[in-house]
Amino acid sequence: MTTPLFRRLGLSLAAPALAAVFALVVSSIVLWLSGSSWIDTYTEMISTASKLESMVDILNRATPLFIAGVAVAIGFKMNLFNIGVEGQYILASFAAAWFGTYLNLWGPLNIGLIILCSMAVGGIWAGISGLLKVTRGVNEVISTIMLNFIATGGIIAALLPRAIDDPTDPNQGTAVLDESSRMPDLNGVLEIFTREILKGRKLTGMFAIAIILGIGYHYVVNRSRFGFDLRASGMNPFAARAGGVPPKKMIIYAMLASGAIAGLIGMPEILSVNHSYDQGFVRGLGFAGIAVALLGRNSAPGMAVAALLFAFLDTSSAPLQVTGTASPEIVVIMQATILLTAVIAYEVVNRVRQADEVKRAALATESIPADGAATAEVGS
Amino acid sequence: MASAIELIGITKRFPGVIANDNINLTVEQGEIHAICGENGAGKSTLMKILYGMQKADEGEMRVNGDVVDFGSPTDAIDHGIGMVHQHFMLADNLSVLENIILGSEPVKGGGMLDFSTATSHIVEVGKAYGLDIDPNDLVETLEVGEQQRVEIIKVLYRGAKILILDEPTAVLVPQEVEELFNNLRELKAGGATIIFIDHKLQEVLEIADRITVIRRGKTIDTVNAADVSAADLAELMVGSELPSPETSDSTVTDKVALELRGLTVLAEGRPVVDDVSVKVHMGEIVGIAGIEGNGQTELVDAIVGTADVHDGVVELLGNDITNFSVRHRRELGLGYVPQDRHREGLLLDAPLWENAVLGHQTSAPYVKGFWIDRNGSRQQTETIREEFDVRTPSVDVSARALSGGNQQKLIIGREMTANPDVLIAAHPTRGIDVGAQADVWNDVRRARGDGLATLLISADLDELIGLSDTIVVMYHGKLVATLDPADITPRILGSYMTGAAVESDSTSGDAS
Repeated sequence: MTTPLFRRLGLSLAAPALAAVFALVVSSIVLWLSGSSWIDTYTEMISTASKLESMVDILNRATPLFIAGVAVAIGFKMNLFNIGVEGQYILASFAAAWFGTYLNLWGPLNIGLIILCSMAVGGIWAGISGLLKVTRGVNEVISTIMLNFIATGGIIAALLPRAIDDPTDPNQGTAVLDESSRMPDLNGVLEIFTREILKGRKLTGMFAIAIILGIGYHYVVNRSRFGFDLRASGMNPFAARAGGVPPKKMIIYAMLASGAIAGLIGMPEILSVNHSYDQGFVRGLGFAGIAVALLGRNSAPGMAVAALLFAFLDTSSAPLQVTGTASPEIVVIMQATILLTAVIAYEVVNRVRQADEVKRAALATESIPADGAATAEVGS
Repeated sequence: MASAIELIGITKRFPGVIANDNINLTVEQGEIHAICGENGAGKSTLMKILYGMQKADEGEMRVNGDVVDFGSPTDAIDHGIGMVHQHFMLADNLSVLENIILGSEPVKGGGMLDFSTATSHIVEVGKAYGLDIDPNDLVETLEVGEQQRVEIIKVLYRGAKILILDEPTAVLVPQEVEELFNNLRELKAGGATIIFIDHKLQEVLEIADRITVIRRGKTIDTVNAADVSAADLAELMVGSELPSPETSDSTVTDKVALELRGLTVLAEGRPVVDDVSVKVHMGEIVGIAGIEGNGQTELVDAIVGTADVHDGVVELLGNDITNFSVRHRRELGLGYVPQDRHREGLLLDAPLWENAVLGHQTSAPYVKGFWIDRNGSRQQTETIREEFDVRTPSVDVSARALSGGNQQKLIIGREMTANPDVLIAAHPTRGIDVGAQADVWNDVRRARGDGLATLLISADLDELIGLSDTIVVMYHGKLVATLDPADITPRILGSYMTGAAVESDSTSGDAS
């Protein structure tokens, strides 16, 4: 009989492994059907990703994905479906970029204020949905998705003309931030372990903030009173309420926190890449965050792996088109398959684990010995 | 003539547990056969197997002499077996007629429902078995006892000759139980065979011809009801002496711990708790009797702080807590054992130690400032596990894995170890086995001796009478009587609960 510890460890690794294998099989079939060589495709993806510069790309891509995952996961922890992370981060980034053009203080202070501004706007925008839910009972899925449109199609569309720096520029956007308001890159840190990073690749400073965020998220959710109340509300809102958790306050707090973290998603773009908000501003990270949270099961390490995986697939797909080995859309199929399989596999593993626990608890209750052998086991 | 039902060597295993272990049971044609056993003895599993809801791992079933193998309840119904579930499965907004034909509707040409045939058939069935009901009544207007009758007719309408009744008296007051028994006797006279699942000994002795006792998944014995006493049965069931909640000497002090004054709670504009005033002293257990749905739930919610108070005052140790949050009330010394442990008591997917934290997120040893004290919480949970005999492999398993009795002991322990001044205990022994029940009673009694003021809400009249120092009866949101448990019987209590005794003995709502 396997020891419970090994079994538990095996179970928790089984789900993602199962999902990955299944996704590989499905993608291989799709590749084969579309007439591409699956071996060539995978080798090329892996050889692309194993270059140092590509790794920097992967980390840069994974950083906002992970932050988006955390923003979504905070809501998920108490069964709040914040679909509005998308609108929250875009609106927050726009506001922060615009606000940043007026800052001319000490550099680190500028950066700090821009980040705070972004978090505040994101938090307020998400807070509206929280407020609507506790006062008027509006479902947060509906309100956040509608606020997405109001944010991007309404507010930004209306205010962007005022924020525009140069009306003659076809890609209209806010003025580029002052040199002092740009976040330093982390190439120096990375180069301690590796060779010099070439081709102008820069690891965003937000990578460090994402790591701090992940650690903070992990400890606050799992170890703090607030995190306990949050998780209790998600697991059983009625028991949480009877246990003294104020349900309405928790909804507001969770939405505020989720929105504030959503405000960080666009910061690599604003502080490290473009230094402005323009019409080409990166979109879709909020929705990608939902996938990251789902795949990572709302846990910080899990979401880190999920964000890196998605970033790897995104990054390594680009050269496929250049070389013509396969259509880069294959990675979209892979991402979707992984997500779908993982959700199912987690559920299966969860049931096995629950059955295991029931079994052990039943033995401890000394209910009815199954037979002589089982009795001996109880005794030992 | 072959026996109606014959079960030979039925065995059913669940992970780690044998629910049914080589069960043998013979039910003769036209008898009322009671299946007796404490909660968790395996009665329900056995009946589910008989009704085709689950499959036995081993053994043979014979119905009227034919070996059968049921894949679903439909097969059981085809063999003339019908089941009346403990929780009714009726659509409130449909008429009796519509409920009865639901799923086996008679159809005229052109696909129209044939209501007239159905009506006459129902009346026919009702007459044959002495069950009186108007097919055109709306189900939501019926009393619980009448709804049960609808369930029985529903089963008979489908041609059942063998009826399984799963704890049919659990939802009834004494008067309704008598009516049910009369109905069952009529059914028997009409030729039906009845299998009656229950663990209330007096009832079983009154109605059954023969009784089969199941204990720990095994058939212990089948006896003739006429040949045994309640004590004999109890011994067969429990295997030892039956525990009963007897409160010892009074420990009531003159210090008021919990006081309600004119408490009124509204639901949809109508008062569901109506001008309730009651005092609970330190060291006193005040029992609230009443048929469910008479405002007890809302009363509890108002005291605990999860329902809005429309009017009146809740005082805890002299503090007006009427508008305090749940957390604030708990911090001031209010403990709460909710009536539905899965709904309000536990985080089923969280480990036991986190469940112990619930309700105490602001107090040591569970919490240190902003952080949960994991070691302190685990140790405290270990203490609860030992002192309150929570049987579990460790405090890290999820609450879902525990049996109902152990879950309840965890909740009781969680509340008691916080040393509350006032405990609101709603149905603290509902759905747990006899052993755990005795433990819970002992815990409540011990805390009473230490000065705990307890408000006990229970549907178990023996428990109320045995534990309480004072019993108040709640009827239609009002407290209609204050009674001394020393000179009261379940029957008297029942007449107050149904409102029958109120006119003759008009005790006002003043129950302090």
